[in-house]
Amino acid sequence: MPATAPRVGLFVTCLVDLYRPAVGFAAVKLLEEAGCTVEVPLAQTCCGQPAYNSGDKADTKAIARQVIAAFENFDYVVVPSGSCGGMIRVHYPELFADEPAMFQRAQHLAQRTYELVSFLVDVMKVERVDARYEGVATYHDACSGLRELGVKQQPRQLLRSVAGLRLAELPGAEVCCGFGGTFSIKYPAISDKMVGDKVADIAASGADTLIAGDMGCLLNMAGKLSRLGKEVRVRHVAEVLADMTGEAPPIGAGKADL
Amino acid sequence: MQPTSHAFKENAQGALGNANLQQALQLMRTGFPGRRAAAIAKLPEFDALRDESKAIKDHVLAHLDFYLETFERNVVAQGGEVHWCRTPKEACEAVLAICRRLDAKMVTKGKSMIAEEIALNDYLEANAITPIETDLGEYIIQIRKEYPSHIIAPAIHLVKKQVADSFRETHRDLDPARILDEAPTLVAEARQVLRQKFQSADIGITGANFCIAETGSTIIVTNEGNGDLTQTLTKAHIVLASLEKLVPTLEDASTILRVLARSATGQEFSAYTTVSTGPRRAEDTDGPGEFHVVFLDNGRSAMLGTEFQDMLRCIRCGACMNHCPVYASVGGHAYGWVYPGPMGAVLTPSLVGIDEAGHLPNASTFCGRCESVCPMRIPLPKMMRHWREREFEKKLSPATYRAGLGLWAFFAKNPLLYHFAANAAARLLGAFGGARGRFRSLPLASGWTEGRDMPAPQGRSFMSLWAERQKRTPSS
Repeated sequence: MPATAPRVGLFVTCLVDLYRPAVGFAAVKLLEEAGCTVEVPLAQTCCGQPAYNSGDKADTKAIARQVIAAFENFDYVVVPSGSCGGMIRVHYPELFADEPAMFQRAQHLAQRTYELVSFLVDVMKVERVDARYEGVATYHDACSGLRELGVKQQPRQLLRSVAGLRLAELPGAEVCCGFGGTFSIKYPAISDKMVGDKVADIAASGADTLIAGDMGCLLNMAGKLSRLGKEVRVRHVAEVLADMTGEAPPIGAGKADL
Repeated sequence: MQPTSHAFKENAQGALGNANLQQALQLMRTGFPGRRAAAIAKLPEFDALRDESKAIKDHVLAHLDFYLETFERNVVAQGGEVHWCRTPKEACEAVLAICRRLDAKMVTKGKSMIAEEIALNDYLEANAITPIETDLGEYIIQIRKEYPSHIIAPAIHLVKKQVADSFRETHRDLDPARILDEAPTLVAEARQVLRQKFQSADIGITGANFCIAETGSTIIVTNEGNGDLTQTLTKAHIVLASLEKLVPTLEDASTILRVLARSATGQEFSAYTTVSTGPRRAEDTDGPGEFHVVFLDNGRSAMLGTEFQDMLRCIRCGACMNHCPVYASVGGHAYGWVYPGPMGAVLTPSLVGIDEAGHLPNASTFCGRCESVCPMRIPLPKMMRHWREREFEKKLSPATYRAGLGLWAFFAKNPLLYHFAANAAARLLGAFGGARGRFRSLPLASGWTEGRDMPAPQGRSFMSLWAERQKRTPSS
């Protein structure tokens, strides 16, 4: 763990901003408890993936420049999403491969950008959290976090320290849930089939709670679970680790379910 | 064959509603990935072999002229001939010319994706030559008049019952009351039928997994031994190949062979690895009378030096489609041409054009599983994105989608405006959906809400709540 409190810029992500502020506040709490000073730059909107994955390089670059300018002076940039974290860490440098000055800035930012839970474990050396959650939970490995950033053991390690929580492994945990950002809009029928398979695996795990680290996947899986009438509570990993599940009902559940 | 990749969405819709197909796909969903994982777990140097294999192919692609010429020189030195073909038409004509010269009426075929690419069977039949597929999967789809749905398991879209029905319909001289419930019975019947064909065929056609520049040899790997029979008993052996198959030496081929079967079927090695070098020599007891390599380009050389060059490392193991959740949902035929799955999503637009195949590189969640299992470390998602960039430049995506994207980008590039709009949207959607916590239908998201709910936002944007918290405690 660094000697002085590191200055962390929180990249909220557009989906947390719009759908689930509770995740943002949970991230702030976890980071502060780990000894960081957290700031939230105003000049952030989205990491640019919708444009990037649609082939719109010009808009992607404009958005990336904005993110780089807003975040390059922090010690670390932390993102409660492997997908947006991967965008900054892996794809921003690729995006500016032919612009040496911007490439250097993108690279500089990339090197200090982390997904939230892996940052807590790998950088801040957090070994356990002070939280309680009653239930049997299963964890879905969101694709970009897993394959671009190596997020796999870190969330499981911290979840095991949550009092009252038992982890049940999800069969096919590394298989995509079918969200894929714009994919779920462009090919909804295929996306729906994929999330249907995922929900069958969730049911097979026997868990009463589904946890993952990416809002997109969580919205997708929560939406399918509720449509099929499955009584599974859906939570972002930060809410559980920060002991803040009392702040908002599970994803896709109403206020009456709190 | 005429591609139907432009109709990917409709093809996929049909596939999702096809019960037999879904049953077949269910079987492969865990089968291939599990077997591959078990095989590589036993080989600690697997990743090092991947790096070495990648380096071999990168080296060949960087010195392609040298290795192509060396290969041809050595094929000729062994008494064979190489036919360079730019287009499918030229390749078909080259094969036909050999058949005509040798007065061939029937040809047996080992599995070859190049043959599918050039639609060789249709061409031969139109010219009064009967092609007989001898790979079991290829034989099944040939009698069903279908095309492969997978590059190593061409009939994977079928369940056993469908195969049995097709056999009964085709093998009419056999006892109609015979029982065809189990796979071994089906295999035995196919063998019995095919054995006669091997003996009466004039020419054998196979694909190639490798073309060895150093020796002028070609190599095929099979699990049925049909490839050997195809080439040993005939007047001529015709090998169909493309530049992806080229390696410098036999040793290089054996390096790649160590990753090939493990990636493909989870076997350590295929049952048969057959090296073919030239025609039968005077002292040989059997072998083909002539040896020909029909070398097809069909747009591949145009990929050199572009962002798609890495695709030419592909060894056609099928690992990408075996691990692709989109392929597992819709099967190979939905992709509408010879090459399905992630490798097809990159290669097909290169070979048939992005206007025809524009859907394919879009029909991916970029989950990255294909790249993570590719033995040749081909960055498949990255190349799919390159295709999307070309489509965006050519304005091939639907106008409504581009307009929506443009509007979103306008807001995303103006943070203050964006925050205002995001909070307004969160409030609006939260007010309507907050009590239940979800929407059963939403305008503009009807595709999503057809099969699943859309969770409702909490009701305020994070940025607006954070600003309030900062006002209350400005020091934090």
